[in-house]
Amino acid sequence: MTALAAPPKSPPPKLAGRESAEANRRRVTRVAYALLAPTIIVMLIIVAYPIVQSVIQSFNSDASGIDPKTGLFRAGGFVGLQNYTNWLFQQCQIGGVTQACPPGSPQAGFYNSVFVTFFFAIVTVALETVFGIWMAFIMNRNFRGRGILRAAVLVPWAIPTAVTAKLWYFIFDPSGVLNTVLNINVLWLSDLWASRFAIIIADTWKTTPFMALLILAGLQLIPEETYEAARMDGSSAVQTFFRITLPLLKPALVVAILFRTLDALRMYDLPAILTGGGGGGGQGTQTLSILVVKQIQQSNDSASALSTITFLLIFAVAFLFIRLLGANLTGNERKARRVAKEA
Amino acid sequence: MKKALRVAAVGATLALSGLSLVACSSGSGGGNPAAQSGNDTGPITYVQGKDTSGNIPKLAAMWNADHPKEKVTVKQQSDNADQQLQDLTQHLQQKLSDYDVMSTDVVWTAQLAAKGWLQPLTGNYKLDLSGYLPSVVKSGQYVGTQYAAPSVTDSQLLYYRKDLLGSNPVPTTFAEMMKLCPIAKKAGIDCYAGQFAKYEGLTVNFNEVVTSNGGTVVDDKGKPTLDTPQAEAGLQELVDAFKDGNIPKAAVSYQEQQGLNSFEQGKLMFLNNWPYMVADIANSAQAKDIRSKYGIAGYPGKSAVGGHNLAINAYSKHKKTALDFIKFMESADVQKNRVEKESVAPTLSSLYSDTSFTDQYPYLVPLKKSLDSAVARPITPYYNGVTQAIQNNIFQALQTASTGGSVDVKSVLSATSKAIEAASSGS
Repeated sequence: MTALAAPPKSPPPKLAGRESAEANRRRVTRVAYALLAPTIIVMLIIVAYPIVQSVIQSFNSDASGIDPKTGLFRAGGFVGLQNYTNWLFQQCQIGGVTQACPPGSPQAGFYNSVFVTFFFAIVTVALETVFGIWMAFIMNRNFRGRGILRAAVLVPWAIPTAVTAKLWYFIFDPSGVLNTVLNINVLWLSDLWASRFAIIIADTWKTTPFMALLILAGLQLIPEETYEAARMDGSSAVQTFFRITLPLLKPALVVAILFRTLDALRMYDLPAILTGGGGGGGQGTQTLSILVVKQIQQSNDSASALSTITFLLIFAVAFLFIRLLGANLTGNERKARRVAKEA
Repeated sequence: MKKALRVAAVGATLALSGLSLVACSSGSGGGNPAAQSGNDTGPITYVQGKDTSGNIPKLAAMWNADHPKEKVTVKQQSDNADQQLQDLTQHLQQKLSDYDVMSTDVVWTAQLAAKGWLQPLTGNYKLDLSGYLPSVVKSGQYVGTQYAAPSVTDSQLLYYRKDLLGSNPVPTTFAEMMKLCPIAKKAGIDCYAGQFAKYEGLTVNFNEVVTSNGGTVVDDKGKPTLDTPQAEAGLQELVDAFKDGNIPKAAVSYQEQQGLNSFEQGKLMFLNNWPYMVADIANSAQAKDIRSKYGIAGYPGKSAVGGHNLAINAYSKHKKTALDFIKFMESADVQKNRVEKESVAPTLSSLYSDTSFTDQYPYLVPLKKSLDSAVARPITPYYNGVTQAIQNNIFQALQTASTGGSVDVKSVLSATSKAIEAASSGS
């Protein structure tokens, strides 16, 4: 801290030259690290520690059965990858024998949950992108009441998800608004595909504004002259959109899609409140996160393995995204410029 | 520098609390805190779910007036059962002594006891439970030991439409009830509903049809016993009722509230629900048309047992006071007071035969009938897994039946059995 308190130095004499500048730089770096250290330590404790702990737990078993005399749990121990193989190969230990899990056990629902999670992510993000671009274009125009429109568009995003879910719950109720207005009789919260689309509709409604705002920010970065030049060259509206707007929008769009995809892959609150993960045979909208939370009540360690698997899945998707689409998140300026130039 | 020190201190505290958490979660069992003498008195904390009636603090004040040196502090948890259990688990896992008396849902007894977290009510802690309803006393037992004492109970009642029933006798079995369904059809309303959405209520309703037919879901050792003609007959009743439309299709999404709404709006002839609905019908605006047309009877068969027991934390430092407080909460006066103020179902048998008392609370009569034959839900330390196994399989079967698909109850029950076994292996 003394470094901070020291009075600002007068500009270094020219003679000192390179050596002194180097020393100065090193000193500044040292101070920077010292100042950052508490933050880094706290971050390690509150972020890294739980993750590491959860991974350690996932290699253990809570209990290895019940002592028949006292009825007390016997302490479990290290079980290696068993918790992972149980999920991935849908195996259960019944009476000490490893075998295929019977229907209705959590492991048997793993691939269903993987499908549901990715299905929701792909469909909602696709819809949100299309609607988001559309909304961003409208908001980007100059017209009276643009401020009001921009504020209004943000409302769904500003509402807490729990409230959104309850709101849509009333709309989708068998005798609710939607069925009454359309005069239909769809069980939106318990039918297999109806419940899935109920979630998709509610999620799209809620998060499109977020997408629209990120895209709007990208749109505003495109210089007006580019459009003027295009018009001069006789480019049609469609050509302008696909040849100019979309490529120049790509960096912003990729980041927006990446954010939304990662968010959608860990979707929990909306289906948890709207359908409780039910629908169809009872697991129609059970995302991976819902499965993790259900499993925690049964076995912490098995749930740790499942959350680690979920984490790895999401991580892999993020990695692929950055690799394939060149999302620029790390602040690599040169690469960003290259991407822009290529576009 | 001061700031850095403070940050470091916070960091160290976090690290330590984190480490202690690990230390606790890795070691289950360990030592036997339950083996203490029963002479420790002092202030205690009583913890239970949210008290919407506002009566519990008043009872605590009554106790405190008589026990100035052993005051009780009431801690209320959330109103969500899962969150209540989670809160108890977190405190007990860390071997904290801050909860002395805990209100435990009847299905938690086994899982808390199997971790060694509950003080067995034996030896110095033995309570005389002879005057209490046997089915409730049993719900506080695990492997032959009493771990929790009866406090308030609950069992389901059959709400029916007197006006539609006419001169027909009130059904006492599921089959009798189904025979009356043409009356409902003629009136253009639904016949019967219970709780069939995929949640704990489904386990309750499934347990009821199985035990009413003389079957059991699991045996004393927690092994599934569903591969029996009795269990098949039970599930078949529900499947057929869904197929015939005697239970409406929409009932696969019914929890207590949806069934209550349907009944109060006059769209349902028979409803299986808990006693709290009596008060709701008396006060709710939507119930005004049926208020004078409905009756209550015992569940047609064997109801499941609900309610909460009282247990002592094995790590409590003032167990003697805790035990005395439980005796206070179980006393006839407090139980009467709670019926009056909270509309709960008492566990003391004598209250149900006290006609001057039951005249004031007429619902106690059919309730006693339900409670006399009521059967506990599976008693197993793996309850969460077992109830999930039941819900997943049975819900799917009922959902299929409700959409007109065919259901082979035998294979559904055998899958349920296997899933229960898998859950009871702790995976």
